[in-house]
Amino acid sequence: MHKFKQLVTDFGWPRIIIFFFLLLLFVAAPFVRVRIDASLSDMFNRFGQNAVFVLAMVPMIQSGCGLNFGLSLGIIAGLLGATLSVQFGLVGFLGFFGAIVLAMPFAILLGWLYGKLLNKVKGEEMTIAMYVGFAGVMMMCIMWLILPYTSPNMIWGYAGKGLRTTITVEGYWLKILNDFLTIKIGPFFAFPTGELLFVAVCAFAMWLFMRTKTGTAITAVGSNPDYARASGISSDKMRTISVIISTMLGAIGIIVYEQSFGFIQLYTAPLAMPFAAVAAILIGGASVNKASMVNVVVGAFLFQGLLTMTPSVINSALQTDMSEVVRIVVSQGIIIYALTRKTKVAK
Amino acid sequence: MGQESPLLSIQHISKEFYGNVVLHDVCFDLKAGEILGLVGENGAGKTTLMRILFGMPVIADTGGYKGAICIGGEEVHFSNPFDALDAGIGMVHQEFSLIPGFTTTENIVLNRESMKASLLNEVFGDRMSILDRADMRKRAESAIDKLGIKLDPDMLISEMPVGHKQFTEIAREINREKTRILVLDEPTAVLTESEAEVLLKALRHLAELGIAIIFISHRLHEVIEVADRIVVLRDGIAVKDTPAKDVSVRDIASWMVGRTVAAERANDISGKQFGDEILKVEHLWVDMPGETVRDVNFSIRKGEIFGIGGLAGQGKLGIPNGIMGLFPGGGSVQLHGKTVALNEPRLALEMGMSFVSEDRRGVGLLLDESLEWNIAFTAMQIQGRFLRPVLGGLFKLRDEEGMRVITDEYVKALDIKCTSPKQKAKELSGGNQQKVCLAKAFAVRPDLLFVSEPTRGIDVGAKRLVLDTLNRYNKDYGTTIVMVSSELEELRSICDRVAIVDEGRIAGILPPHAELAEFGLLMAGERSAAAKEAVDA
Repeated sequence: MHKFKQLVTDFGWPRIIIFFFLLLLFVAAPFVRVRIDASLSDMFNRFGQNAVFVLAMVPMIQSGCGLNFGLSLGIIAGLLGATLSVQFGLVGFLGFFGAIVLAMPFAILLGWLYGKLLNKVKGEEMTIAMYVGFAGVMMMCIMWLILPYTSPNMIWGYAGKGLRTTITVEGYWLKILNDFLTIKIGPFFAFPTGELLFVAVCAFAMWLFMRTKTGTAITAVGSNPDYARASGISSDKMRTISVIISTMLGAIGIIVYEQSFGFIQLYTAPLAMPFAAVAAILIGGASVNKASMVNVVVGAFLFQGLLTMTPSVINSALQTDMSEVVRIVVSQGIIIYALTRKTKVAK
Repeated sequence: MGQESPLLSIQHISKEFYGNVVLHDVCFDLKAGEILGLVGENGAGKTTLMRILFGMPVIADTGGYKGAICIGGEEVHFSNPFDALDAGIGMVHQEFSLIPGFTTTENIVLNRESMKASLLNEVFGDRMSILDRADMRKRAESAIDKLGIKLDPDMLISEMPVGHKQFTEIAREINREKTRILVLDEPTAVLTESEAEVLLKALRHLAELGIAIIFISHRLHEVIEVADRIVVLRDGIAVKDTPAKDVSVRDIASWMVGRTVAAERANDISGKQFGDEILKVEHLWVDMPGETVRDVNFSIRKGEIFGIGGLAGQGKLGIPNGIMGLFPGGGSVQLHGKTVALNEPRLALEMGMSFVSEDRRGVGLLLDESLEWNIAFTAMQIQGRFLRPVLGGLFKLRDEEGMRVITDEYVKALDIKCTSPKQKAKELSGGNQQKVCLAKAFAVRPDLLFVSEPTRGIDVGAKRLVLDTLNRYNKDYGTTIVMVSSELEELRSICDRVAIVDEGRIAGILPPHAELAEFGLLMAGERSAAAKEAVDA
C-alpha cells in the first residue's frame, strides 16, 4: 500500500486524473459514434507531430530559462528551411532532411540572438519570450511577402510573388516519415512508425546530451546559477546553448509536423504553437525548472490524447461543432493550471 | 534629574533560539542622562538584547524571553515596536531607514506631521488636513538644535553625505516628544572619524538633556570616550558592568574575547615544517557588498593553515571570494609564483585552488540535485573527471559509477549522514551539508583550499568534525588551507597563524597562542606594538 502511494505521488495526481479522463473518453466514444481505431490512429499521429516541440522545452527548462514561449522563433527557422527545400525542388527523404539542414543556420542564428536577449532579462524570461515570439512571427509576415521565392507551387498565382498562406508539400515530402514502415490495421488505423522512430531518436539524443559535460553544466546552471559560477561555469554561455538547442528543435519540430500535416502554414500560423508544447510538458509533470524525457513523452501523449478525444466526443455528444473552442479551452486551461502549480527551487 | 532610580532596568533577561542560548541572565540598569556603552563580539547577544528591548516580533515568534524589562519602575511588555516607541524608546539602526526623495524635515516628522485644518475636513474628515510646513520645519529645527549640530532642514536625503543621514535618523527619534531612551546600534560604523567626533559630541549633548542612551559600537575607544558606564557581553552573559572611567581599550578587548576555557590545541605546531611560499597577495581589493576588502597583503607557505578573523563587515569574507573570482576585485595574487587572473572563477579553480563558500545554501550546494552531483560536479567541469568516452571517444558521458564511488568514499571519510548518495542535498542537515561542501572542494584535490565560515550554523559536534577533517587533510595531503572564520577560538585551535582584518585591511598577524587581548585590540582597530612585531616576524 505504501509503495502504491509512493508510486501515485511520483506520477502525480494530475496525470492520473487526466489519464482516467482520457480512458473515460475512449469508453464513451463508441456510444456517440466515434471510432476508437480512428481516434487511436489520430492520437499516435498527433503525438508524433508534436512531440519534438515538447522536447524542445527541455533544455531551456533545465538551464533555468523557464518555458520556451518563444518557440515560434524555432518554428520560423523551420519554415524557412521547409520553403527553401521546396524552392530547390528537393523531394523524398532528401527534401525532408534537406529542409532540416537548411533550417539549422537560421535556428542557430535566431537562437543565439534570442539567448543573448534572455540573458539580459533574467527572472522575466517567460514573459519576454512570449513577446519575442509574437514579434518574430509578425516580422516574418512581412518577410514572407517580400522574400524572392519563385517556385510556382508556393507563390501567389495572381501577383507572381510572395508566399501563400498554406503551401502543400504533396509531391515533395508529404508523410515521408509517417509512411516509413507504417503499420496499417483495417481502413482506419495506421501506426506512424517512421515518425515515432524519428521522435525516439531525437529524445534519445537529448537524453544523451543531458548526460554530457555540457548537459550537466546546463542542469547545474538551472539548479543554482551561483553554484555553477563558483564551479567556473559561465551561466550565460550555458543558457545561450540551451536556447539555441531549443530553437533548433523547434525548427525540426515544425518540419516533422508539416510532413505529417501536409501543409506548410505561414504568416500567423506559428503564433499559438508554443502554447500547446508548453501545456504538454507541464501536463507531463515538468516544473518550470525541471523536466525529463518521461515528462515529455507522458505529457505529449496525454495532452494530444485530450486534444484528439475531447472535441470529437463532445461534438458528437452535443451535436454541434465547437471542436476548436473546446481545444483552446482545454489547452489554455492546462497552461493556467500548470503555471499556478509551478514549483520554485528551494533556496 | 532623577539620578537615583533607574530609568530602564533590564532584569535577568534570558533568551534562547531553539535550545541555543543566546542571552543568559543579563542584568543592568540605565539612569536618565546616562550613556551606556554596550560592547561584545559578533554573536555575543547585543542585537538580540536590543530586539527584546524594542519588542521585535521575531522574539515573540521564537518563544519569547525570560526576565523583565522595567521602565521608570514599571514592568513593560512590548509586543511590537510601536509599543516600544510609545513607551519612549527610540532606536537608530545600522541601516538607514529614510526616504531618499524627502527632505530632512519631512523625514524627521514623517507620520507625525503637523496638520492644518482645511475646508475639505468638514466633508472628508481629518485625512484631508493640510500639512503645516512652517510648524514642521520649526519642529525639525528644534530636534536638530537638541542634537547640537548643523543640518539643513530642506536638503534632500539622497543628496546628503552619510553622516548627515545618520544625524537625521537620530533627530527623528528625538523629535518624538516622549523619547527618553535612545538606542544606537553601531552609529559610527559608516561615519568618517570627524563625523564620528561630531556624533559623539551630539550624544553627550543629548545626555545632558536627560535622555538615556545605549551606545553599541565596535570602536572601543569611542565607547570609552563617550560612555559613562560599559557593559560587556560575551556569549550571552554580561561579564562586566563597570564605570568607563579608568578602563582601557585593552581591558575591554580582553573581556570581550576572553573565554573561561582555554583554547585546546590538539597538535603542537612548533614541530611543523612549512614549504615554499605558495600564495602571495599584494594590494588586493574586492568589491563584495558588506565585506569590502580595501588593501590586503599577506603571503602563505605550503602546508600552512592560515586563519583570517575579524568582525563582521570588515572584509574578511571578501578575501577568499575575491581571490576565487566570485566578486570583482583587483591587485596582485600569485600562486606558486604565477599570477592568478582575478574575476575568473574558472581560472582560479584550474590553477589548483578551491573554495568552500560561507553561503552554503546559496553558493555551496545544488540543493535540488543528488550528493553525487554536488561532490563530483566541479571536478567534472574543471578537470574533466567523471566522464567516460562513448562510441570510441566520439563524445563523453557522465560516469555515474565513478561519481557514486567517490561520493561513497567521502560519505564514509567525512561521516556524512544520508540515506544514499542519490539523496538530494537540501534534505541533509546543516552540518552534513557543510561536509558535502568540503567533499566537493576536496574532490578537485586542491593545492590551496579556502574555507569560509566552515562552522557557521552547525552544531558543536559537527563543528569538531569539520575542523578535524580540515586538520587531517592538511596533515595527510599537505593541503594548504586558508580558513576565514568569525570565531576566534576556532581559528586559534587549528591555525598556524591568524590574521585579523579590520576595515578591509589586515590589522595584524598573530601566532595562535598570542594573548587574547592582542586579538581583541586588532579587531577593535587598535594596532599594538606587539601585533606589529608579529607581522614582521
